[in-house]
Amino acid sequence: MSADRTIDDTIDVARIKADFPILKQQVHGKRLVYLDSAATSQKPLAVLDAMDRYYRETNANVHRGVYTIAEQATQGFESARGKVARFVNARETAEIIYVRNATEAINLVAYSWARANLREGDPIVLTHMEHHANVVPWQILAAERGVEIRWIPLTADFRLDLTNLAELLDGAKLLAVSAMSNVLGTINEIRPLADAAHAAGAHVLVDACQAVPHLAVDVQAWDADFVAFSAHKMCGPTGIGALWARRELLDAMPPFMGGGEMINQVTLDGFVPNEVPWKFEAGTPAIAEAVGFGAAVDYLSELGMEAVRAHEVQLTGYALDRLEQRFGDHLTIYGPRDLAVRGGAISFLFDGIHAHDISQVVDEEAICVRAGHHCAKPLMKVLGVPATTRASFYVYNDEADADALVDALERAEKFFAF
Amino acid sequence: MPGLEDLYREIILDHYRAPRNRGELPVPPAHKVEGFNPLCGDEVVLYLVVDGDTVTDLKISGQGCSISQASTSMMSAAVKGKSVAEARRLIRAFKALMSIHESKLEGEADGDALAADLEGVRLGDLEALQGVVKFPVRIKCATLAWNTLQQGLDEVESS
Repeated sequence: MSADRTIDDTIDVARIKADFPILKQQVHGKRLVYLDSAATSQKPLAVLDAMDRYYRETNANVHRGVYTIAEQATQGFESARGKVARFVNARETAEIIYVRNATEAINLVAYSWARANLREGDPIVLTHMEHHANVVPWQILAAERGVEIRWIPLTADFRLDLTNLAELLDGAKLLAVSAMSNVLGTINEIRPLADAAHAAGAHVLVDACQAVPHLAVDVQAWDADFVAFSAHKMCGPTGIGALWARRELLDAMPPFMGGGEMINQVTLDGFVPNEVPWKFEAGTPAIAEAVGFGAAVDYLSELGMEAVRAHEVQLTGYALDRLEQRFGDHLTIYGPRDLAVRGGAISFLFDGIHAHDISQVVDEEAICVRAGHHCAKPLMKVLGVPATTRASFYVYNDEADADALVDALERAEKFFAF
Repeated sequence: MPGLEDLYREIILDHYRAPRNRGELPVPPAHKVEGFNPLCGDEVVLYLVVDGDTVTDLKISGQGCSISQASTSMMSAAVKGKSVAEARRLIRAFKALMSIHESKLEGEADGDALAADLEGVRLGDLEALQGVVKFPVRIKCATLAWNTLQQGLDEVESS
C-alpha cells in the first residue's frame, strides 16, 4: 500500500450511481459499465431535472424581457454563471464567458485576443500532450499570421520535460497548456509554469477540460490568464462550457462574434460592444444548458472536489494494480505511475491486439471504453502508437467497474490469442 | 443483437493472424499507395505492379485493427493476378456488400444496372466480412483497403 492508497475515500459510490439514471439500464442484458468519462460524463438526475424544469416552467429568452418568466430565465442563466465562477474561484462572475465547450473557449482566445495581440514570428508554446482543441486553433493562427509554434516535449514517465523551458519561453507571447492530459492522465502543475511564462512576458492559457471535473481548480492560485472547460465532462449538459479570463484582458479584447446581446448600441454607422461577459455572447445562448451547468456545479460542490479527487486516486490506483497484476508485460500503460500526478484516464496498448478490437470485445460486456487517437494525434506520434484503448473513471465508478474491465480484457486476450 | 462471431469470423481472424502477400516491392516498377482511417489510425500500404491491364503483383503492409488488416489481406489474395477491370468490379462488389453504392440508386433501373455489372463476381472468402455491416462504425475499417486499391489503380492508369 502506497501512501496515496490510504486516502480516506468518502465517496459513497452506491449512492452516487443511483443519482445517474443511465447507469440503471442494461445493455446487451448486462449492467452498463461506463468508463469513458474523459470523453463525456454521465448526467445526474439533478441536472436533468433542472433543465427539464427550466423548459417546463420558465422557458423564455434571457435579458430584456420584462415579464415574470423571462426574469426567471435570466435569473437562472446568470445565477448559474455565478456558481461556475465560484467553482473555479474567479475574482468576479463577469470573468466567466459562456461558450459551447472548451474548444470554442480556446478558439475565442485565438480569434479575439491572439489576433489583436500577436504578430508574425511571435512564439506560442504548446506541449506534446495537447488535445487537438489546443493545437489546431494555434496552427490556424500560424498559417494566417505566421506565429511560431514551439513544443514542450515529454519525459520518459509521461510528464512535461521542462529542461529547456526557459529557452522555449524566451520571447514567447503565450503558453497554452493542458492541466490534465485526456490521454495520459498526467496532471501538469500550472502555477510554476504560469510563473515562468509570466516572467518571460507570456500569457498563459490553460486547457482545464479534464482538470475542472476531477480536481479542485482555483484559477487565481494558478495565476493563469485564460482557462477553458466544458460542462459535459463535469456532469453537465453538452453545448455549454466556459472561458474564464482576467477581467482586464476581457475588457481589452475585441468581440469574437457579432450579433444580438453582444452590443450596447447599434446604428447605421456601427456598434458599441456590450460589457463583459455579454460582449462575447452573441445570439440567444444555451439557456437550459447554462441552468444544467449550474446544477452540475452544485452536484459536484456537494460531493466536494477534494473527495472526488481522493476517490479517483484510490480507484485509479486499484485499476492500475489490477491491470499490471493480471496482464504484466502484455499490456503497456501510457501515463505516469505516480498517482499524485495523474488523473483517472488510463490509456493502454495490448500486445498484438488493436484498440478497436479491444473496445469491440469489451462492449459485449456492456463496458464503454474509448479506442483511437483521442484527438491527440501529435501525442500518438510521440508515443509511437497508432491508437490506444482508454478507460477513464469518475465519481460513479467503483472497484467492481475496474474488475469488470479486467475480466472483459481477459476475454479479449483469449479471443485474439495468436 | 449481432454477436462477436458475426464480426470476427474465423477466416477473418486467420487473415489477421497470418496476412497474405505481406511485404514491400521496389518502387518503381511497383506503385506505392497509402490509405489512412483518421478516426482510428488504421493504415494500409499497397505496392501494386500493373503490367498491361493485369495486376501482376501486389504486396501489403501497414497496421490497424483486425478488420482493416484482414480485409487488406483478403483483398490482396482476391485481386492479385486479376485484370484491372476485374479488380474494379471486385471493388464495386465489395462496396455493395458493405452497403455502399458509388452512385445514388434512384429507381430500379440503376439497381438493375449495378446487379448486371456485378453478376458473376465471386467474392468468396470476402463474404465473411459481410457481418461488418451490422457494426456500422467498423465499415470504414473494412473498406479502407479497397478505397486505397481504387486510388492506386486510378493513379497507375492516369500516369
